[in-house]
Amino acid sequence: MSDLEAFRKEVRAWLEENCPKEMRDAGAGGEDSICWGGKRWTFESEAQKIWLGRMAEKGWTVPSWPKEYGGGGLSKEEVKILKAEMRAIKARSPLESFGIWMLGPALLKYGTHEQKAHFLPPIARGEIRWCQGYSEPNAGSDLASLQCKCEDKGDHWLINGQKVWTSYADEADWIFVLVRTDPKATKHTGISFILVNMEQDGVSTKPIKLISGKSPFCETFFDDATVPKEHAPGVSAIVGELNKGWDVAKYLLTHEREMIGGGGSASLIAARSPGEIAAQKTGLDAGGRLDDSMLRAKIAQADVDGWAFMLTMERMKDEAKAGQGTGANSSMLKYYGTELNKRRYELMMDAGGSDELEWEGERTKDGKLARGWLRTKANSIEGGTSEVQLNIIAKRILELPGA
Amino acid sequence: MPLILNEEQEMLRDSARGFLDEKAPVAALRKLRDANDPDGFSRDLWKEMAEMGWAGIIVDEGYGGSGFGFVGAGVLAEEMGRTLTASPYLSSSILAATALKKLGNDAQRQENLPKIAAGELLYALAVDEGAKHGPAKTAMAAEKHGNGFKLSGDKTFVADGHVADKIIVAARTAGSPGERKGLTLFLVDSKSNGIEVERTQMVDSRNAARIKFDGVEATGDDILGEVDGGFGALEGVLNAGRAGLAAEMSGASQAAFKMTVDYLKERKQFGTEIGTFQALQHRAAHLYSEIEIAKSAVLKALQELDDNYGIAGAVCSLAKAKVGEVAKLASQEAVQMHGGIGMTDEYDIGFYMKRIRVAQEMFGDPAFHADRIAQLRGY
Repeated sequence: MSDLEAFRKEVRAWLEENCPKEMRDAGAGGEDSICWGGKRWTFESEAQKIWLGRMAEKGWTVPSWPKEYGGGGLSKEEVKILKAEMRAIKARSPLESFGIWMLGPALLKYGTHEQKAHFLPPIARGEIRWCQGYSEPNAGSDLASLQCKCEDKGDHWLINGQKVWTSYADEADWIFVLVRTDPKATKHTGISFILVNMEQDGVSTKPIKLISGKSPFCETFFDDATVPKEHAPGVSAIVGELNKGWDVAKYLLTHEREMIGGGGSASLIAARSPGEIAAQKTGLDAGGRLDDSMLRAKIAQADVDGWAFMLTMERMKDEAKAGQGTGANSSMLKYYGTELNKRRYELMMDAGGSDELEWEGERTKDGKLARGWLRTKANSIEGGTSEVQLNIIAKRILELPGA
Repeated sequence: MPLILNEEQEMLRDSARGFLDEKAPVAALRKLRDANDPDGFSRDLWKEMAEMGWAGIIVDEGYGGSGFGFVGAGVLAEEMGRTLTASPYLSSSILAATALKKLGNDAQRQENLPKIAAGELLYALAVDEGAKHGPAKTAMAAEKHGNGFKLSGDKTFVADGHVADKIIVAARTAGSPGERKGLTLFLVDSKSNGIEVERTQMVDSRNAARIKFDGVEATGDDILGEVDGGFGALEGVLNAGRAGLAAEMSGASQAAFKMTVDYLKERKQFGTEIGTFQALQHRAAHLYSEIEIAKSAVLKALQELDDNYGIAGAVCSLAKAKVGEVAKLASQEAVQMHGGIGMTDEYDIGFYMKRIRVAQEMFGDPAFHADRIAQLRGY
């Protein structure tokens, strides 16, 4: 206990000294203010760059990863303290990425030492940005029916096919891809998990413009892309065993679901609350309650659900740590969290009224909230639709017949 | 503290589940109802529960209790919720024990806590005066009378008030209804002159009394806590009750859900188990999610009562608000998915709907508690 208290003091002092003032605005800018790293990243300010550098040096961009792979080597209790202290001063997350959320955990579990040593430290330092190549035009929710072909050509792999909904592929340096390495095997057994450099020949990508006016998603094409069997001596391009990529994919998906369900970096706590917006827009009555009682009731209910949901994420983590619980609960978190996020954004739009409907202009920072609202509509589709998550719960947890 | 049960609490849960399945299944409640039992619960069973340390679950060992704290108390409440066990547990072991433990002076503790722990005397908490919960609305008067007070007014929805030996009652020593200041808690003997108890059988086959106080005399020794400053103290006690009820409703939701899922797996229509229909699968999966979300709020509320009693109010409101809604959904879905049989008295599922409806209302419905949370968040 005293060790943890000492750690807390140390963290507090370090953050006080090292977190630039401009970075103490978490929640103000949402997803857009967070550094995503990669070769193409341009820092919005010197402070953002300094903050990333200092945190990466401590290993605190990925505090729970082992030190030898660029992490902080902290225990769960210590990570909790670090996050709490960062929250206390509203410190921005120094770095977020699919490398941190998804590929990292998968490599830590399935990767060889060489793969970890080669790929993890650049992720921790924000040098290499990754994207995910899972879905295909005909394999979205039914992911395992994917067809992207990867052939063994002796000294290299040859990939042909198309991926879709590859988030931020246009800004990524590398891609982790699910490919079919054994076309004759059953649906789940002929798939491999391979790491591909996007700068190489035969890989191209194109953004898909969404209703939010932005393009977080892309289509990515593989036309005779040749991938070396080893990216460096002893560093295999394939993660896990050949034809057993589905295990890696599933493990990674649980992280993806939790990340999307939990709202990722723009977590439910950090985001502006509907209650705050409504209080500002419609005002409070003499009793300190929102003028709009119908809206107030809806917001209060969403707040109740939001708080209970946060506690559930905490409980699931604690259960996992204690070796209890079920992995299928990531489907529950994904389903609930994304539906909740949509509700909260609907309420923020209700609270903001016509002001927040301005698509372009200084007052709404170019329709920031409206774009965020539209973006949440994808949450319950990407990473497996809400309906797919409900199917998984019915099948794996409730064990209903025929599910 | 991790948001899971520790080993000791898990053992308590497992032994309670075994005991209640055997001694107090839903059939026991049905029997009490059908026999129109004068107490509405089994005194023999209560004695056994006391012997196992349940009646004194939050009472310290020095006073003959088992000293498990609020998480332990909630674990038992949850298990009782599964089997809809009727007992004075909420009134005596959670509400009265909390009140005496937190507010009582030495003499009051010495006098009462061992009796609670032994299950020897029964206690009730009388707060509400109208159909909707609102401690600040208390109108019951406590007028100065010689060296003491005279209590006059009507209380309603007093759980186990019909069997209570002693009643903790909230009265107004100053101020007017609607104000927080001026409330005082008294501990009075239910046989005192001027007390008239009307037993009311509720929709859930349990009991809650209406109690008239007509110039009931109380002395300074009967005051629990501070004069005029009882609102905050009462809130603390109510928070414990709210968390206890939330735990009970969580247990009831889980049991009703399990019955429903089992039914979906066995009931055939259109030549197949109805659980194969996606329309029902999705509703069941949604309900599962809601129940899991609710569980977390309950455990957090109980842990906060143990660790930060003074500031546990918000999360206790969260638990009562969230579980209230979820339990209602669980019971409604249970009846609907059972189809016609769910509407029959012969089948047990209706008992869950009825108990949940009462527990949801007691000490604040979901709207009351969502409102509290909204106020705390400044809107």
